Amino acid sequence: MRNPADDRGGGLLLHIRDLTVEYGQRGRPAFRALTGINLDIGTQETVGLVGESGAGKSTLGRAVLGITPVNSGTIHFAGRDITDARARERRQLSRELQVVFQDPYSSLNPTRTIGQTLSETLAVHEPLSRRELEARVHKMLARVGLPPDAAARFPGDFSGGQRQRIAIARALMVEPQLVICDEPVSALDLSVQAQVLNLLRELQQDLHVSYLFVSHDLAVVKYVSHRIVVLYRGRIVEEGDAAAIYGHPLHPYTQTLLNAAPVPDPVRQKKRREARLAQPGDPANSTPSHAGCVFTERCPHASNICRTEEPHLQESRGRTRVACHHWREIAATHNGRAADHEDSDT
Amino acid sequence: MSAGFLRRLLRRPVAIACLVYLVLVVLVAIIAPIVLPNVATQNAGNLLEVRLGPSLHHLLGTDDLGRDVLQRLLVGTRVTMLAVAEATVVSLVIGVSFGLVAGFFGGWIDSVVTWLGDLTFSMPWIVVLLVVLAVFPQDLTATMVVFGVLLSPGVMRVVRSAVLAIANELYVVAARVSGLTRTYIITRHVLPRIAGAIIVQAALVAAGALIGESALAVLNLIVVAPAPSWGGMIADGVNQIVLDPWLIWPPGLAVIFTILALGLLSNAARDASSERWSRPAHIVKRRTRRGGSAGQNGIGRLGSESEALLTVEGVTVTVGTPPTTNLIEDVGFAIHPGEAVAIVGESGCGKSVTAMSILGLLPGTVEITSGHVVFDGLDLAACGENQLRQIRGSDIALIPQEPIVSLDPVFRVGTQIADVVRRHEHCSRRAAKRRALELLERVRLPDPKRIARRYPHELSGGMAQRTAIARALAGSPRLLIADEPTTALDVTVQAEILDLLREIQTSQQMAILLVTHDWGVVADLCQRAVVMYAGQVIEHADVSSVFREPLHPYTAALLAADPHHASEDELLPTIPGSVPIPGRWPAGCHFHPRCQYAAADCRKAAVPVISPRNDHETRCIHHEDLLATA
Repeated sequence: MRNPADDRGGGLLLHIRDLTVEYGQRGRPAFRALTGINLDIGTQETVGLVGESGAGKSTLGRAVLGITPVNSGTIHFAGRDITDARARERRQLSRELQVVFQDPYSSLNPTRTIGQTLSETLAVHEPLSRRELEARVHKMLARVGLPPDAAARFPGDFSGGQRQRIAIARALMVEPQLVICDEPVSALDLSVQAQVLNLLRELQQDLHVSYLFVSHDLAVVKYVSHRIVVLYRGRIVEEGDAAAIYGHPLHPYTQTLLNAAPVPDPVRQKKRREARLAQPGDPANSTPSHAGCVFTERCPHASNICRTEEPHLQESRGRTRVACHHWREIAATHNGRAADHEDSDT
Repeated sequence: MSAGFLRRLLRRPVAIACLVYLVLVVLVAIIAPIVLPNVATQNAGNLLEVRLGPSLHHLLGTDDLGRDVLQRLLVGTRVTMLAVAEATVVSLVIGVSFGLVAGFFGGWIDSVVTWLGDLTFSMPWIVVLLVVLAVFPQDLTATMVVFGVLLSPGVMRVVRSAVLAIANELYVVAARVSGLTRTYIITRHVLPRIAGAIIVQAALVAAGALIGESALAVLNLIVVAPAPSWGGMIADGVNQIVLDPWLIWPPGLAVIFTILALGLLSNAARDASSERWSRPAHIVKRRTRRGGSAGQNGIGRLGSESEALLTVEGVTVTVGTPPTTNLIEDVGFAIHPGEAVAIVGESGCGKSVTAMSILGLLPGTVEITSGHVVFDGLDLAACGENQLRQIRGSDIALIPQEPIVSLDPVFRVGTQIADVVRRHEHCSRRAAKRRALELLERVRLPDPKRIARRYPHELSGGMAQRTAIARALAGSPRLLIADEPTTALDVTVQAEILDLLREIQTSQQMAILLVTHDWGVVADLCQRAVVMYAGQVIEHADVSSVFREPLHPYTAALLAADPHHASEDELLPTIPGSVPIPGRWPAGCHFHPRCQYAAADCRKAAVPVISPRNDHETRCIHHEDLLATA
């Protein structure tokens, strides 16, 4: 899946600049969910969005979908400014922009048959006869590996994995260009997760769709994504080519995330754990009270500049960009470990 | 509401009876005034036959003016039914439409609508009705329309709160993203979900209107005499109650039966409207005593060495009254002191049932029907509830998957831990409090004193799980059962919790039974793994053997499906199909329909547990083939 942008014709589909989103209620200080986000997604590209809960992953997806209002910044989709798109414009946009949610239970209306759920979106955009609609539904059901008689049944008849296939089918019925996948496999079992990940990949090759893939599981993100964007407290701290981020993480937070995820190998996991525990850092205290880097309080590399100056994303060597004052030193000291990490990982 | 709905409704005998009654009432309301045209204008009957009791000539007797009660009751149905219909339609139209708009759009629209509703609610309805009657004297229609308006805020509130919940459901969000119009979403997605609530509200409003009509008549606010109505007849009956108590009965019973029929029918209709898409609710019965246990099989397993802390032998757990369904069968493994054992598998394989059966915490009709759970020489499967209560918490403790939910939201966490301490140590309140603070410090919570004063919702997921661990440690257990303890947590927090569990395990020689679906967590914390599939233990060995050389195709396939090992250029290896639910397990090996190594002998007979290696068990007869291809 490592085909960089040039393989895909290089078309720019989603273009986000300086996006800021705040949640607030009257009388209370606003909570800034996203700060100055810049993000591009190309045609037939998968961008993985990782970070802990509260990092703003889902908010970013919802802002693109227009479910969450944007405070400042712009979102362009296929050349059009959709930042403040009205309901009518959104309706047209839905032809190109779709969503798959995490929870396969509440994302399907239990009172509607699968056929009704799948055909209603299509019926909005294309004046199709009942028979044509039915044919399209059956074709899509077959595409996601479900029998045609599923169309007449209700969501309650299906397992979580099957429901997620139905949710994917619903998103792809109109053949959109971009699908926001908000933790689409997090609620699924391992073997079902593998089936759904494969399905998403096959559909990308067949339909040339792009994904914004939100997940907290780094192994999943690494597997599906061309590029990875790491969010911490609403800011992008590192982004770039998936293999580079996973193999040579430069931001201390990315390293923390990668080291924390246990690998399914007792011997390697033991080594990784010992390496992780040898690192300093105080994860419990994590509320920054200064204008500098938001990760300072958890960072083993923190110095004075980190408390006074906010780091900006800058090109590193390789195909990544990182927002850290100390990435050069980290790259130098980390080289040995990263190489070791990659050796055992492939 | 379709032919299917009617069919489902008519499957209920109560619904048929109510429907027949109500249809009869409506027919009477239409036909009676036509068949008996003179009754409505009859001022007086045979004045020689007043206040007669029921007789063959007058089936329900006669009233104080000698008119036939039955005829008046039949003819009066129309006035009453029209009044009820007017009030019901008005209050439903207003209540449902305002409720939908308020719930769906929210914001200032919601505030305005709710405010209007409250305003209407707070108006003294009797005064309003008197004003209406002053403007439209004796006008029943005007009165009932206003009555409907006065009842509508109740309907509005119920509809609003039902819609509010649905408007935030992901499928409504998805429908909006899909470009569906609001009208479409409201009519197709929201209305069907609240149909049940509306049906019930309609019945309540109709019943209210029926009583209202009677009340207005009894108060002499509306006298449509000589035309009869049920309410008017009740008023007559009230006036004559000293002379002839009988007269109040016929209209009174008509009102009561109609209200009853409306109520029962609405209940049946609500159930029928959701039956198509909702699954029948599980009947959960609190279990107080454990069934007898009688199992002899499974002795001599790998786990039955004498030094084991916990030995599970041939445990079968069933659900339901006979014929029962097996949830797990012939499960056996052992845990030694200070050892961490993982139960791995996908959902529906019986991991949690196995863990809960050890604690005797099985819900409803779920029970252990055979096998032994031997903890420190005592068979827990044969113990009574009292004995189990002694063991729970002090010898075997549990930490659940959702730490915040597992803590009581109304008590400070320090108090909750101190309560557990007092239960186990019978010490003073102050000593228990001190011990609670020690425990919070033990699980490495920063500033335990401050944390102890917090309520569960004020804790982050990681803090709450540490608190739950502290509570579990209060009884100094020798075995800790952890059911997916880190699944709901971020990876960095998960790593900290796993570090904490490992540290407690080694420093206190505490054994851990970890239920998980995450191979990474197994590799990080556990020494041995028990792999379960469709209710059976299919592989049992030390962790490194399971990872390096699995002897069951399911274990191998599940390991391969983990994207950790995957190359980005290839599709992930998958297992075709899905885990069969209990009761639909195939004959022979449970895994054979999904197994690439399956042969005829796998389908024939149940596969026993075999031990091809030292301390490595598998439930596969073709593990050699698996090794050969690996």
